[in-house]
Amino acid sequence: MNCAIISRYLGNLLLLEAAFLVPPAAISASLGEETARRGILLTVGILVVLGLLLRRAGQRSGSTFYAKEGFVLVALAWVVMSFLGSLPFYFSGEIPSLVDCFFETVSGFTTTGASILTDVEAMSKGLLFWRSFTHWLGGMGMLVFLLAVAPGQKGQGFTLHLMRAESPGPSVGKLVPKMRQTAKILYLLYVGLTIICVLFLLAGGMPLFDSLCTAFGTAGTGGFGIKNDSMAGYSIYLQGVCTVFMALFGVNFSVYYLLFRNWRAALKDEEVRLYFAIMLSVSAVIACNIYPQMGSVGMSIHEATFHTSSIMTTTGFAISNFDLWPELSRVLLLVLMIAGACAGSTGGGVKTIRLLLIFKNMKAGFRKLLHPNSVETVKLNGRPVGRSVLEGINTYMSAYCLIAIASLLVVSLDNFSLVTNLSAVLSCFNNIGPGLDIVGPIHNYSTYSDLSKIVLSLDMLLGRLEIFPMLILLRPATYRRRQA
Amino acid sequence: MKIVIVGDGKVGLALTARLSRAGHDVVVIDRDPRVLEESLQTYDVMVVQGNGACKSVLEEAGINTADLLIAATSSDEINLLCCMVANKMANVHTIARVRSPEYAGQLNFLKDELGLSMTINPEMAAAREIDHLLQFPSFLKRDRFAKGRVEIVELKICADSPLRGKPLSQLYKLIRVKVLVCAVERRGMVYIPSGAFTLEEGDKISVTADSKDLVTLLKNLGLTTERTRSALIIGGSRIAYYLARRLLSSGITVKIIEQDIARCEELAALLPKATIINADGSRQDILRAEGITSTDAVVTLTDMDEENLIISMYATHVGVPKSITKINRAEYVDTFSDLGIDTVISPKDLCCTDIVRYVRAMENTTGGAVQTLHYIVEGKAEALEFVATSATRHLDEPLTQVPIKPNILLSCILRGGKTIIPQGSDCIRLGDTVIVVTTAEQTIRDLGDIFAG
Repeated sequence: MNCAIISRYLGNLLLLEAAFLVPPAAISASLGEETARRGILLTVGILVVLGLLLRRAGQRSGSTFYAKEGFVLVALAWVVMSFLGSLPFYFSGEIPSLVDCFFETVSGFTTTGASILTDVEAMSKGLLFWRSFTHWLGGMGMLVFLLAVAPGQKGQGFTLHLMRAESPGPSVGKLVPKMRQTAKILYLLYVGLTIICVLFLLAGGMPLFDSLCTAFGTAGTGGFGIKNDSMAGYSIYLQGVCTVFMALFGVNFSVYYLLFRNWRAALKDEEVRLYFAIMLSVSAVIACNIYPQMGSVGMSIHEATFHTSSIMTTTGFAISNFDLWPELSRVLLLVLMIAGACAGSTGGGVKTIRLLLIFKNMKAGFRKLLHPNSVETVKLNGRPVGRSVLEGINTYMSAYCLIAIASLLVVSLDNFSLVTNLSAVLSCFNNIGPGLDIVGPIHNYSTYSDLSKIVLSLDMLLGRLEIFPMLILLRPATYRRRQA
Repeated sequence: MKIVIVGDGKVGLALTARLSRAGHDVVVIDRDPRVLEESLQTYDVMVVQGNGACKSVLEEAGINTADLLIAATSSDEINLLCCMVANKMANVHTIARVRSPEYAGQLNFLKDELGLSMTINPEMAAAREIDHLLQFPSFLKRDRFAKGRVEIVELKICADSPLRGKPLSQLYKLIRVKVLVCAVERRGMVYIPSGAFTLEEGDKISVTADSKDLVTLLKNLGLTTERTRSALIIGGSRIAYYLARRLLSSGITVKIIEQDIARCEELAALLPKATIINADGSRQDILRAEGITSTDAVVTLTDMDEENLIISMYATHVGVPKSITKINRAEYVDTFSDLGIDTVISPKDLCCTDIVRYVRAMENTTGGAVQTLHYIVEGKAEALEFVATSATRHLDEPLTQVPIKPNILLSCILRGGKTIIPQGSDCIRLGDTVIVVTTAEQTIRDLGDIFAG
């Protein structure tokens, strides 16, 4: 394995993270939050020193870089960045336990939005900003950002391995021939949509600081609120804006690019169509189901669409306690957690495209049972899908189930109810945030033991990076010198 | 520049490598998803799966914004169709690979009628190259500039060479011909030498010389320039056909050994003056029976690189004065130069070079574009030919006063009918043809690119 090149990239990433910590520090400084500012600046110092050391260690790196290096680098980067990114909370003393800090930051970077904070409003503004900012950074991915700004990728294709390991979806492709250009386009779309979201929120009378944090949470489909009641205190208009933008950030970003070039094909994209079909039909069912509780048609539709959009895109904002809803609606939300958003978006979960292909593959398999000699091809958007993609999805789903079950077993040690534990694992693994019962929308994860918090943090990382990069990082054989 | 390459085969892949490293936006189209995946992982390119002659596929590859389309699939007809469709869809330059001998006579007609910018025929180019080499068997490689008036030739310094152990400053005293050593390859490293550079045994030197001086150069070096009178060709491929035609027309007797009887009959009909032998050319007894020990040159042109290498090694072993080996995968060539395989021809690289030159010329907007481009010392250095225009800077200034970037050598200036091997007091004048050798990383597109200031 080419450790030097991994070290160099990691060094650059840490310097980048240090740069991203400057705005929160500035906010703390301007508001006179002395301890928060000191905590952030101390972290910046550590990041810069470590970053420079790692860069120096990786100065003379060869050019061998294969899929394995890509996986290891991405997984390692996310773990290290989450750990170092949690230090401001620890140094400022606002979250006393290191495990809690790590949980909170992993939850931020992986755009989960699960929190251990019992009183969010007591936090300093600078750290609240950083907490929401991690959502935005984690949404599109820091390595993709690095690819967009790093010069000198001379005609080599290896950077593709990085993007494949970091971006969600079964088959990650390029928008334009050059990787750097592709990464730039993705970030331009991301920044552009985020700015539009902020403007809409400001138009509804939300203060600038709240608008930025809410937009970060929405864009990254994260879901950290800066109020104890998440989004419940805001006006119907602001909640509506969030409903729409959460749904928009759950769409594959390459479809937005296609919209500029060939909008007809963009509107016909099968994954996006299914995504909106699921979202609308589930909203309709939930709206009918909760109508007796709500009492008004308008509010039923508003609450149903908001929460469907929030859970399906794996954001996790809440405007009321959906844990009190009828059983059908609660289970529907739990199932939506697994479904997740589109591939190539900032959302998590299994991804609509996988569901679509699993279903199509199942249909083909069923026909093959009836006509054993028939030849079946699975097609997506009119093009045949390769066997290797389908096999990849099967592998992914098997690993997905095993990890979910294993996590459930460990978390059950804490002796909470099955609904609590199952929803906690699914919520973290699919990067949503709130679950049901004790981890429901008006509660948080602070009651879990440290062991469970670490397992859930790992679940979040596994979920965000689509399992395999993390598994490869944890596999001892990766580090063996001589390999067969 | 945005370039669409149709066909990810041998030529397509080599082009992808060269063009994507030069910083172009490359889109590759092929039918086979496996080869596309490999390209995607190795080079910074985008890939599209499908038939490159389909409108929808070309559209997906972004033909509307592309500057150039290169069609290099295995089928001539698809290549031509690709270019026609692309021409109708968008305003692009198109290059098609057309290699069937049946179309060889109508290449210019096809080019003009179908609106192609260029057609390439790797096999014909390879045959031309081999023919040049057989004219002067002592050279390992010959690259022609300025319509053949100047050449850069490659020579190996043998144990008994008069140049061995001598510094380059004494070159003229030893060989009495005005030439310039522009690159030396020693143990895999390439040097652009200065006057103090001392040559060692085993060095491969690239020499710029006037074509008229080549015979004198060889004579004064003590290398016999006996003419090739007979050639033995192993393998009856397309190159064999093109080559045999050329050799026969210059009075060299040709014998072709080919395994496939049907192909033998075809060749016999096409080349009545050649001797066609139906046998396995990799068998020693057959090679001996067909007179390998008494022929002047052996050219191995079978489809198998391994067979070609082994037959050539055997030919060198039994003392054939010149053997030329065709190799498709050139990456192992360095390994074989110690085993007596000096002259290697790679059709794929030859046609790549032509296309890269075309791309460089397209990129050039100031006039004075690249006229000729050759890769010398196994692709580790480039030799380029330019014409100085009124836009060229530093005209009429003595070269000692002109700042030239490192690793760049002005190897020759042609003015009127005269060839000048430039010295410090010479200068570039308007209308001069200039030949430049460079190992620099950066791409030279224009004569102005060689100046540091």
